[in-house]
Amino acid sequence: MTTLLQLNHVSKHYGNDTKALSDVNFSVKEGEFVSIIGPSGAGKSTLLRCINRMVDANSGEIIFDNVDIAGLGKKDLKKARTKIGMIFQHYNLVNRLSVIENVLHGRLGFKSTLAGALGLYTEEEKRQALQILGVLGLQEQIYKRSDQLSGGQKQRVGIARALIQNPKMLLCDEPIASLDPNASKIIMDHLKNISASMGITVLVNLHQVEVALKYSDRIIGVNKGSLIFDGPPNEITAEIIEAIYGSEAGDLMFDLGGQYAG
Amino acid sequence: MQADVFVKKRWNSFIFLLILLVVTFVSIVITEFNMAKGLASLPKALQWGFTNFYPDEMALTKLPDILNKLRETVLISVAATTVGAIFAFLFALFGSRTTKVNGVLSKVSRGIATIFRNIDISAWSMILLFSFGQSALTGYFALFFGSFGFLTRAFIETIDEVSSSSVEALQATGAGYFSIIFQSVIPSGIPQMISWILFMIETNIRSATLVGILTGTGIGFAFDLYYKSLNYHTASLVVIVIVITILTIEYISNYVRRVIL
Ligand SMILES: Nc1ncnc2c1ncn2[C@@H]1O[C@H](COP(=O)(O)OP(=O)(O)OP(=O)(O)O)[C@@H](O)[C@H]1O
Ligand SMILES: [Mg+2]
Repeated sequence: MTTLLQLNHVSKHYGNDTKALSDVNFSVKEGEFVSIIGPSGAGKSTLLRCINRMVDANSGEIIFDNVDIAGLGKKDLKKARTKIGMIFQHYNLVNRLSVIENVLHGRLGFKSTLAGALGLYTEEEKRQALQILGVLGLQEQIYKRSDQLSGGQKQRVGIARALIQNPKMLLCDEPIASLDPNASKIIMDHLKNISASMGITVLVNLHQVEVALKYSDRIIGVNKGSLIFDGPPNEITAEIIEAIYGSEAGDLMFDLGGQYAG
Repeated sequence: MQADVFVKKRWNSFIFLLILLVVTFVSIVITEFNMAKGLASLPKALQWGFTNFYPDEMALTKLPDILNKLRETVLISVAATTVGAIFAFLFALFGSRTTKVNGVLSKVSRGIATIFRNIDISAWSMILLFSFGQSALTGYFALFFGSFGFLTRAFIETIDEVSSSSVEALQATGAGYFSIIFQSVIPSGIPQMISWILFMIETNIRSATLVGILTGTGIGFAFDLYYKSLNYHTASLVVIVIVITILTIEYISNYVRRVIL
């Protein structure tokens, strides 16, 4: 499989003294499902946001689909962003608009200024939106206002908005942190399915180690802005968890023994 | 430690109250405002009001004239507010953290809005009296400047509050600036913005009455005229008309708010 994303020596600091990322290096292959885990404030969100330049890294290369994202001008950056879907913890929908309108927002990156401002979508785009909503089990919600949905449904709308971009990669920043276990499982299953059946690369920040262990092809562990671990789930040991989360966190948070049960 | 905090807080409130008392006392002394005398004259003032300050038949013949002036005032207020709102929206886009084009422009537009907001409408009227004299234009511009400053600030807060998350999401999809404004900022912020505009219209009709006294236009001028010519019955009719108008406008805007929010 070919490499889709490669980070070389990426560093980011906020202001003068907050070091969020220091010399981060890793690569991700096409279709891979990668989880990023680490304690609060480790730099997971910053890392994800540097990839699509929602946050500008201070140094390093971010090679995505053979282009260095870090060096792109405004116009090329927008074009590159159309190939990367993003999913947020708080869904970030336009609450007052309907589900289908929110999904179609994923097409705005492909439109002229006028068509985008007026929200002119083609029949093909609308058909695709309906099809994606069908796959995600939102047939009943198509014309509902987004603020009438449950959290899990909102997140599925967020996923649909990303999918209609026909992206090569999804960046998910704690997609299940605001959801109950049931809705979390539905979302994670959808993400896994997207990666497996559509060949879309998925990069997901997670707080729940057991979820990361269950779903990922590979796990990246971050602590204080540095990569502590990069490998498949079965190489994760209690020591590594300790190194990522700090001293006793390992046995406090979950039971490693059960990791292959799911 | 925690106890200290509370003791300190209590002391702060106590000192604040003390200063307030001293300031009140000093200003009473300086202005020679006699509390007892003021209160004592209240019944007499009320009595005078009841015997003189009500519309009689003569006053009612002036009603068409008054309504004409009222229309002028309401129209000027509405026009000043809506035009102010359009400018305010543009400045708010540049000024807001979420939708700013660049940092310098953001600071500049916030700065301009702050200046306009902090000069009171009556101050604006006096400044503008020099350029436009006693005309409707003076009042119009005074209200326009005041609304512009206030609404810019209100719109900036609305944009940052309700649309920052969806703007972020659309930026991440690669959408362009105008797509983001029309697809996310406007749909999510429009109810609050309309609500602010309605509030501004209400406020402006009130201010317009006072500004009118100054600039010699509209309903304020009508009141001034009748009052100074000792025609208290007609002046009272003007007041009643103003009160009814303000209550009606408030009722309408509350109704609109209920429907859109
Ligand atoms: N906009 C910002 N300005 C200043 N400092 C920031 C900003 N965003 C993040 N930081 C700092 O950078 C560091 C990394 O933050 P980041 O949000 O990437 O962590 P995280 O791993 O996503 O944490 P969490 O799990 O709580 O979401 C933290 O120390 C944080 O305080
Ligand atoms: Mg985070």
